[in-house]
Amino acid sequence: MTETAQPTIPQPYPFSDPHRLDVDPRYARLRQEQPLTRIRMPFGEPAWLATRHADVRTVLGDPRFSRAASVGRDEPRNSPRQADTGILQMDPPEHTRLRRLVAKAFTARRVEELRPRTRSVAEELVGAMVAAGPPADLVAHLATPLPIRVICDLLGVPVTDQDRFHTWSEAIVSTTSLPPEVAESYVEQLLGYMAGLIAQRRTAPTDDLIGAMVRARDEHADRLSEEEVARLAAGLLAAGHETTVTQIPNMVYVLLTEPDGWDRLRADPALVPTAVEELMRFIPLGATAAFPRYALEDVELGGELVRAGEPVVVSIHSANRDERVFADPDRLDLAREANPHVGFGHGVHHCVGAQLARMELQVVLETLLRRTPGLRLAVPESELTWKSGLLVRGLTAMPVSW
Amino acid sequence: MSAGGAAGDAARWRVFVDPTRCIGSGICAGAAPTHFLLVDGLSRPLAERIAPADQVLDAAESCPMEAIIVSDVEGSRIAPEP
Repeated sequence: MTETAQPTIPQPYPFSDPHRLDVDPRYARLRQEQPLTRIRMPFGEPAWLATRHADVRTVLGDPRFSRAASVGRDEPRNSPRQADTGILQMDPPEHTRLRRLVAKAFTARRVEELRPRTRSVAEELVGAMVAAGPPADLVAHLATPLPIRVICDLLGVPVTDQDRFHTWSEAIVSTTSLPPEVAESYVEQLLGYMAGLIAQRRTAPTDDLIGAMVRARDEHADRLSEEEVARLAAGLLAAGHETTVTQIPNMVYVLLTEPDGWDRLRADPALVPTAVEELMRFIPLGATAAFPRYALEDVELGGELVRAGEPVVVSIHSANRDERVFADPDRLDLAREANPHVGFGHGVHHCVGAQLARMELQVVLETLLRRTPGLRLAVPESELTWKSGLLVRGLTAMPVSW
Repeated sequence: MSAGGAAGDAARWRVFVDPTRCIGSGICAGAAPTHFLLVDGLSRPLAERIAPADQVLDAAESCPMEAIIVSDVEGSRIAPEP
């Protein structure tokens, strides 16, 4: 960095359209040569992009970088509308006030209590898939229904309504897949639906998470608005299944297509917990960057000076392939020991459902290894179709045999 | 008030981060930056004895691993709640 450096012209970002689960080779070059670089997303003001693991953790974890400061700014983003992202655009202590309400339901200890039930749901779904096939679509038989049943049980949302909220919740992860006004109307419908469930609990209290949120709201009416509760519940419902629904097929796809994948796991199923961590590191789930952080003061980062008021976005998958942290980062190593990946983010916005997602992913792999040890793709890899226009990358369908 | 503060009335709470449970999510260091710091990827309390502070309770209640234990000087647990 020099005082007289000319501002570089921001590069359009994302650098390329997502292709399968490939990681753009430009990230490796940027980590080496220009770890903090100027980019311009499809909408909003130009931003910095952080690509190294250490810098990504700083941007996500250091209170000098703020989400709340994005409010009222022309936020770098993927779609024309600048959505209200609720808890994701708050800083502590406001953020903490809301997060505390739900964090308790997602601790490792509470998630363990859900494991037996998740196992029996997985057993039932895989059993039905085995009875129906082969070939069978892993997305429809397992990856979609399992996370939806688990999050519905936890929240207290009737699973019989899933056709409705599954349609609406796409709006939460949509970038260009839905016209902006449709996305907006889906979000409104989802909020309205949640408001209905909240109202029901006023007359008939329940032990589920929405019930607990309603009780907390009624005890601390001064601290929590009705809309905040509805938004939070809607966010959990959407995030709780859009991400895991997508990650299950991604995970199986990687295991079936990378060397030392499925066969290694089949030979040593005790590797499932480290395999899930490695798959979280290896899979570039995000299709683009989101949720820029604004510097609250001048910060030296990655050899550049980020000035107060400037936005920074991070590349999670670049951080997860940083050779400074991970030996042989482009190789899938299901037994990788030290694995401080940022697949669930970092800092106060670290995925609240991370422990739940881990448990679900572990259960899915264990069940498939036991019931369908000969699992393989039923079509050539080139015939698989991938979703587009979403914040996440994933398969629309996954025909498998066993 | 003594310089160490450990014996003073003000430093009535004890903060412990269980290194075998911590996963380095960075939630505590973000929510209570004056009390927690990530060292080599894991959280450490900046001081073991502290004056009562809501931020520390928030951090303990928000930790997904329940790795942060806040207790009083007699050793009774204050957070996280069971």
